[in-house]
Amino acid sequence: MAQNNCMCQEAGVLIFPCSGGSDVGELSDRVARKMAKCGQAKMFCLAGIGAHIPGMIESAKAANKLITIDGCQALCSKKILEHAGFTPISFNLKDLGFEKDKTKVDDDTIEKAATKISGGKSEEIISRNTGGCCGN
Amino acid sequence: MKIEILGVGCPKCKQLTANAEAAVKELNIQAEIGKVTDIDKITEYGVMMTPALAVDGTVVSAGKVLSKDEIKKIISK
Repeated sequence: MAQNNCMCQEAGVLIFPCSGGSDVGELSDRVARKMAKCGQAKMFCLAGIGAHIPGMIESAKAANKLITIDGCQALCSKKILEHAGFTPISFNLKDLGFEKDKTKVDDDTIEKAATKISGGKSEEIISRNTGGCCGN
Repeated sequence: MKIEILGVGCPKCKQLTANAEAAVKELNIQAEIGKVTDIDKITEYGVMMTPALAVDGTVVSAGKVLSKDEIKKIISK
């Protein structure tokens, strides 16, 4: 049935991890996926925004809020969104205590980072999309 | 001009189609209005939120039902 595949639900909160090559880049990606799995935000395609794909840009415009998670001070994800004309709520894992090349990416670290982000400045916004984390 | 409504056919898509048809009629312009309902094709456009509106192959709106007046403004440019 076509209706089952409907993509017309509210865009809500979209999350863009930098997904960079380093340990903190990986952490940004896995934290974002955890938050998406928990229903706190929807994972979105940073590459599509960087490529200025009109459909991606317009889809992002439909969101209530945009969140970026960057692994380091380069802030690539934040800058890509800004370059496309957006003003995201930005998190830098370094500011949250995760150092580049010194961070072990495991379930415990992912949980800690997700908790810091969920409990940080985006708490009010994220709670609009969800109700909290599933705990998985 | 080619106007495409991207969406699988839910009420919002139908409303956007109706608004596009009304906009074209009021502007009295030549335009072909088509529907793209295939998810793969919608994704090819980069659209993650529907309904979306494409004019001559370029997505100009996604995730919202534009009003007739909003569509008129877009296609008059």
